[in-house]
Amino acid sequence: MEKEKDPGLVQFRGVMKKFGDVLAVEKTDLDIPEGSLVTLLGPSGCGKTTLLRMVAGLETPTEGDIYIKGNRINDVPIHKRNLGMIFQNYALFPHKTIFDNVAFGLKYRNIPKDKIKEKVSRALEMVRLPGVENRMPSQLSGGQQQRIALARAIVIEPDVLLMDEPLSALDENLREEMRLEIDNIQRMLGVTSIFVTHDQREALSMSDKIVVMEGGKKQQEGGPEEVYNNPANHFVADFLGHSNFVDGVIQSRDGDSYRVKLEDGNELMAEGGDWREGDAVEVVVRAQKLDIVPRDSHQTDDAVNCFFGKIKERSYMGGEVSYFVELENGTVLHVIGIVKTKPFRRGDPVAVTAPPRHCKLLRKEG
Amino acid sequence: MKRPSGWSLIKIYTLLIYVWMFTPIVAVVLLSFNPQQFGSFPMEGFSFRWYVKLAGNATILGAFKNSLVLGSLTAVMATAIGIPAAMAFVRYDFRGKETLNTLLLSPIMIPEVVLGVALLIFIRWLQQPKSFALLLIGHVVLTLPYVLLVVQARLVGIKREYEEAAQTLGASPFQTFWSVTFPLLAPAIFAGMLFSFTISFDDVTATLFWATAQNQTVPVKIFGMLRNSISPEINALGAVMILLTVSLPLAAGYVSRRFARGSG
Repeated sequence: MEKEKDPGLVQFRGVMKKFGDVLAVEKTDLDIPEGSLVTLLGPSGCGKTTLLRMVAGLETPTEGDIYIKGNRINDVPIHKRNLGMIFQNYALFPHKTIFDNVAFGLKYRNIPKDKIKEKVSRALEMVRLPGVENRMPSQLSGGQQQRIALARAIVIEPDVLLMDEPLSALDENLREEMRLEIDNIQRMLGVTSIFVTHDQREALSMSDKIVVMEGGKKQQEGGPEEVYNNPANHFVADFLGHSNFVDGVIQSRDGDSYRVKLEDGNELMAEGGDWREGDAVEVVVRAQKLDIVPRDSHQTDDAVNCFFGKIKERSYMGGEVSYFVELENGTVLHVIGIVKTKPFRRGDPVAVTAPPRHCKLLRKEG
Repeated sequence: MKRPSGWSLIKIYTLLIYVWMFTPIVAVVLLSFNPQQFGSFPMEGFSFRWYVKLAGNATILGAFKNSLVLGSLTAVMATAIGIPAAMAFVRYDFRGKETLNTLLLSPIMIPEVVLGVALLIFIRWLQQPKSFALLLIGHVVLTLPYVLLVVQARLVGIKREYEEAAQTLGASPFQTFWSVTFPLLAPAIFAGMLFSFTISFDDVTATLFWATAQNQTVPVKIFGMLRNSISPEINALGAVMILLTVSLPLAAGYVSRRFARGSG
């Protein structure tokens, strides 16, 4: 019989952290469901690492409480919390063999010697590095060291696995491989995990839930698709993916669709949300959601949300091309198009169409 | 013929400086093998006469023992105090940290004469006699800054993540220190001990103030002997001391390199 999963294995209740006078994390409430992988995503200095370190006990909350499995852990010392933590630069003990590194946490858990041996070799197999017990960390590559660090963290069967930018120090091609590795192992073990990163691709590809943070504040919380497709505010829309922003005012409403008068004089149809006539809004369109065709092949002049312009800049990226299109009224749009036949050149006249359902409306900030 | 370039002038200049620095030392070592009472060059013959005489000199041997005991105890105590102090300065924040650190390092900057007199006055004020304990305390004060500097420098280089990783894995702060910090710190601790041993072993000025007749150290003894006469025994003693103070750090360097290779 499947046990019911705890929707809040880790709970933050009004957690706030100040370093001196500097507010690192504003009052935050957050639940980490059992068995899930939750990513704290944001630029450096957004408070994501501080939040993680407070779970580990490496920082103490200035205010608020943190619960693991329903127990308040604010005053539980670090070494009694039963957590696994992975650091950006591996933090393998350089003076210990791989075996001693992985066995380190087991030594403090009253586990008989032969059992330790068994667990270590099983953990090493899990990270696909069997038989390296007698090597020293410096004899392994960066990617291998991080896998050992993963083995060291999971071998103690932690309540929560904490990962602080574990992929940032790795080479680009290794990063993808390691990401899959972590993803697989996390799912296989079903260990509740908190993953801190500034890389949106990592966050989008492996998370059950993403918490976007900025300025010590939680900006949005939700599944990857939810956060990507329905950004809650300008920051989230801007941080995740490439977005175009245009200010405008709601002119009229027809059911779920709105006619928006843009500040550059154009009119645009957008969908979603609940707005009134006269509301100041910001229209967001993802660069990938804009359609781009040659000007002369564009048939009807009265198509919805169709704008004409010229290619101002382009950068070819293999499978896709990133264009900056200057419209007739001077507005520049960022369009990312899949290369089907021949990419446009600088100066080519084009027609850009923004499907209304991909035009999201945000409240105008500030 | 080629004119000497600037570079070769520098080479010659450097060589001369080395000659100037090492000639007296070499002379001492050479003369220690000279059988004559009043050494002069060229040497007439070769003998271990003065070494044999030295080995039979009870006061010198006593002073040697004093020096060894004092140096070893100083090294142990200075590191025992220095390690936790360095930990506190590097790993924790507290009020008055900078002031305290400067205070502990100040014996390096204060002239030894002043230090020597100050400790004597202090002991007088406490109405205590001069003793071996006083000498030991004095030497610990003298050598502590070196231990602190060496250990602190190393500690700064040991990433905090190692300790954090150990703690998240279940090691208490003490266990973390013992199984992670201390082994990583070992080369610096070793170096600190050597520093304090050699400094204590070599010290004359302050020791002159603190030593009683019973616990004279070798340098102080030599100083005393020189006041009466210049015996070639001193040359032999000097050679032994050179051997000791040079070979010890060299051996230590070798050992720590072996260590470093072992741990990758």
